Amino acid sequence: MSKIVFDANFQNLDEIREFVGDTARQMGFSDKDIYAIQLAADEASTNIIEHAYDGVSDGKLEIDCEIIGGELKIVMRDWGKPFDPTSVPEPNLNADLSERKIGGLGMYLMRKLMDEVSYESSPETGNTLTMVKRNGGLG
Amino acid sequence: MEITTKQFKNCDMVIVSGRIDSSTAPQLTETLEGITGGGRFKIAMDMSALEYMSSAGFRALLSSQRTCKRYNRGEIILAAVPERIKEALELAGFTELFKTFDDPIEAVGNF
Repeated sequence: MSKIVFDANFQNLDEIREFVGDTARQMGFSDKDIYAIQLAADEASTNIIEHAYDGVSDGKLEIDCEIIGGELKIVMRDWGKPFDPTSVPEPNLNADLSERKIGGLGMYLMRKLMDEVSYESSPETGNTLTMVKRNGGLG
Repeated sequence: MEITTKQFKNCDMVIVSGRIDSSTAPQLTETLEGITGGGRFKIAMDMSALEYMSSAGFRALLSSQRTCKRYNRGEIILAAVPERIKEALELAGFTELFKTFDDPIEAVGNF
């Protein structure tokens, strides 16, 4: 298990992707899965920076990578406004260009790329987003 | 991320390399808006050296695609999209909004 606390800003997305990517690589995930995990972690972090820490410049984002058997569990914790990405409606992917909305796309990708995505919020422990990817899973 | 642009007779080419995420996507938007702001709406994106693109990049492309396609005056087309990025674009339903070509020169020839 390894844990890093990042300053919640977009400049750290590179490092966040490297951190989860390194862990996934050590676990023997395929290149396709590693890309998926990095993209999901990026979208999740972007949501936290944009929504939970909207207007906050010194927020913190803690990322915990746990390896449980063949599973990679990524736990992201922030102490900003509660923002439940799992409550965001799915975007209409059949809408034409003029009606296409970009909101919710990040969450949609996270759900598609990972095997499990869940969210919890409490005043004591902050907001926790948990994503699981199984090695060899469908996700 | 690095961006270079080339102006052809019939279109502009935007060559992107590296990684596009929420940190770097504003640069892409700025480049695309620079071209459309100059009254040029036919744009071929050479993505052969692009390693990564998140939905922040998709958003930049979508917004400029709307501008370009207005009044049928042009469009953005994507060329040499790397496999991983193509998979993410497909997942997001974006491949229907952009013509894609294997070869950047072929994309330029499309205009």
